[in-house]
Amino acid sequence: MALLSFERKYRVRGGTLVGGDLFDFWVGPFYVGFFGVTTIFFSLLGTILIFYGAALGVTWNPWLISLEPPELEFGLGVAPLKEGGIWQIVTICATGAFVSWMLREVEIARKLGMGLHVPFAFGVAIFAYVTLVVIRPVLMGAWGHGFPYGIWSHLDWVNNVGYAYGNFHYNPAHMIAITFFFTNALALALHGSLILSAANPEKGHEMRSAEHEDTFFRDFIGYSIGPLGIHRLGLFLALNAGFWSAVCIVISGTVWFDVWANWWYWYVDLPLWIDLEGGVNG
Amino acid sequence: MAEYQNIFTQVQVQGPPEMGMVEEVDLRDRTKGATFSSLFGWIGNAQLGPFYLGALGVVSLAAGAIWFFMVGLHFWQEAGYSPGVFMRDLFFFSLAPPAPEYGLGIPPMAEGGYFLIASFFLLISVMTWWARSYILAQQLKMGKHVFWAFGCAIWLFLVLGLFRPILMGSWSEAVPYGIFSHLDWTQNFSIVYGNLFYNPFHALSIVFLYGSALLFAMHGATILAVSRFGGDRELEQIADRGTATERAALFWRWTMGFNATMEGIHRWAWWFAVLTTITGGIGILLTGTVVDNWYVWAQEHGYAPLDK
Repeated sequence: MALLSFERKYRVRGGTLVGGDLFDFWVGPFYVGFFGVTTIFFSLLGTILIFYGAALGVTWNPWLISLEPPELEFGLGVAPLKEGGIWQIVTICATGAFVSWMLREVEIARKLGMGLHVPFAFGVAIFAYVTLVVIRPVLMGAWGHGFPYGIWSHLDWVNNVGYAYGNFHYNPAHMIAITFFFTNALALALHGSLILSAANPEKGHEMRSAEHEDTFFRDFIGYSIGPLGIHRLGLFLALNAGFWSAVCIVISGTVWFDVWANWWYWYVDLPLWIDLEGGVNG
Repeated sequence: MAEYQNIFTQVQVQGPPEMGMVEEVDLRDRTKGATFSSLFGWIGNAQLGPFYLGALGVVSLAAGAIWFFMVGLHFWQEAGYSPGVFMRDLFFFSLAPPAPEYGLGIPPMAEGGYFLIASFFLLISVMTWWARSYILAQQLKMGKHVFWAFGCAIWLFLVLGLFRPILMGSWSEAVPYGIFSHLDWTQNFSIVYGNLFYNPFHALSIVFLYGSALLFAMHGATILAVSRFGGDRELEQIADRGTATERAALFWRWTMGFNATMEGIHRWAWWFAVLTTITGGIGILLTGTVVDNWYVWAQEHGYAPLDK
C-alpha cells in the first residue's frame, strides 16, 4: 500500500482515547484504533441484518428493499425480530457505528494535532439522525414513528409525515432549515468559485493572490469575509441546516399536532391588529 | 479539548483599509472609502467596502429596487393602505402571474400585466448582476468561476419564470411573488404532477443540496481544524503545500481512505453546488412538458410500487 510521499513522518503513535497502543495501527490508508474495531463490528452486524431483512422481504430490487419499524402497537417495547426487531437492532447498530466513527475522527485529529471541528460537525449529523429514529419516536411513544430503511420507502415516509401536517413548508423550523440549506449551497458555490478563479486565472497571468480574492468580493458586494471567516461561515451554515432540520421534525407531533399553516395565526391574532378590517385576514 | 478551537477572532488588529488590487479596474467606479465593524471582525474581515458600482451595478440595483417596490406596492394595495394590516398579513400577500386564459399574451395591468412588468425588471436586475460578475473577474484577470456558478443558479430561475412558462404556453405557470403563495405554488406543483419526490432530477437536486451541506461542513471544519498551521491560507497551500494541507489530507485519508487536494476540494465544492440548480432546473423543465405524472412515470420505470 503506497503511502503518500509525505505520509511516513505523520504516522506516529499516540492520540488514542481508549486502548492505548493496542489498536494504534493502519490497514492500507485506513487508521484503525479501538473505535475502528467498534465501527467494523456495528456496521458489519447492521449490514448483515439489512440483508437478512431484505431476504425476508418481497423484493430484491435495491430501490424498493425496505426495513420497516415495528407497528405502533408495540409502543416503546422490543418487537419480535421479523416484526420490526430487525429495524430496532439496525438502528442500534447505525447509531453505534456513527458514534464510533466520530470518536475515531477524534483520535485521528488528536494524532495529527488538529482541532476537533470535524468530529463535532459529524456529531450534529448524528444528532439529526438520532432525532428522527430515537428522540421523536420516544417523545411520541412508539418506535413505529421512526422512518423505514429503504431508498424510496424513506421518501414515502417523508411524504406521508409531511402531509400529515398539511403543507409542511409552513413549518417555521422547516423554513429556517431550507434557508440554511440554500444559503449554504450559495456560499459553497461562491467559495469554491473564488478559490478556483484565483488559482486558475486568465491565460498568461500568474496565479492570483488572497488580495485579489478580497478585492473581487469587495467590488462585487462591498464585503469580503476573508479566507478564515468563510470557513467559519460555511461550517455555521451547514451545521444549522442539519440542526434546524432535526428541530422541524421533532416539533411535529410532539408540540404541534395541527396543520402547520395554522401555526401562523398566533401572529395574525395578536391583539394589536386582530380587529383591523381588510387585507387577507381582515 | 483545552486547546483553542479558533471559533472567533480574539484579537482584532486595525490598520488603514485595503483599497484593493488595481490591475485593469477603472478606479472611478470604485468607492474611495471603507469602514470597519468589529462585530464582523469576530467572524471574518472587519473591513466594509470599498464597493465597485459601475454602469451595470447602477442598472442592476435600480431594476432590482423597481421590482422590489412594485411587489411591495401591490402588497400595500392589498393591505388597503393600512400599516397595521400590511404588517399583519405581510406573509399572506401575493403578486400572482396572469390567469391561464391569457396564455403568453399581455393581460391588463390589474390581471397580471403588472406581474409581467415587475418580472421584467427582476430579469434585468439579475442578468446585469450576472454580467457584473464576469466583468469584475476580467478586470482582475481572474477565472470566471463565479460567473458560471451564478449562471447555473440563473438557469433554475429562468426555467421557473421564463423557459417553462413558454414551453407550457402560459405565463400563469410562473411562480407568484409572496411568502406563503410561493410555498403554496411549490406544494401544488408537486401534487398536480404526481409527487415530485418521484422525479429523479428532483432527487438528484436534493442529493447535491444535502451534499453541499455535507461538503461545506467537512471542508469548513477541516480548514478550521488546521488553521493553527495556516490552513486557511488556501491559495498559498495550493501553490506550495504546507503541513496544514498534509494534515488535512491525511485526516480524511485515514478516516475514509480517500483525500482531496487543497485545490481539488474546491472543485468538489463547486460541482456539488452548481449541480444542485442544474439538476433542479432540468427536473422542473421536464415537469408538465415531458412528464405529466411522476408517480406513474416511476411505476413505469420500476421504482414505485404498482397499484394493488
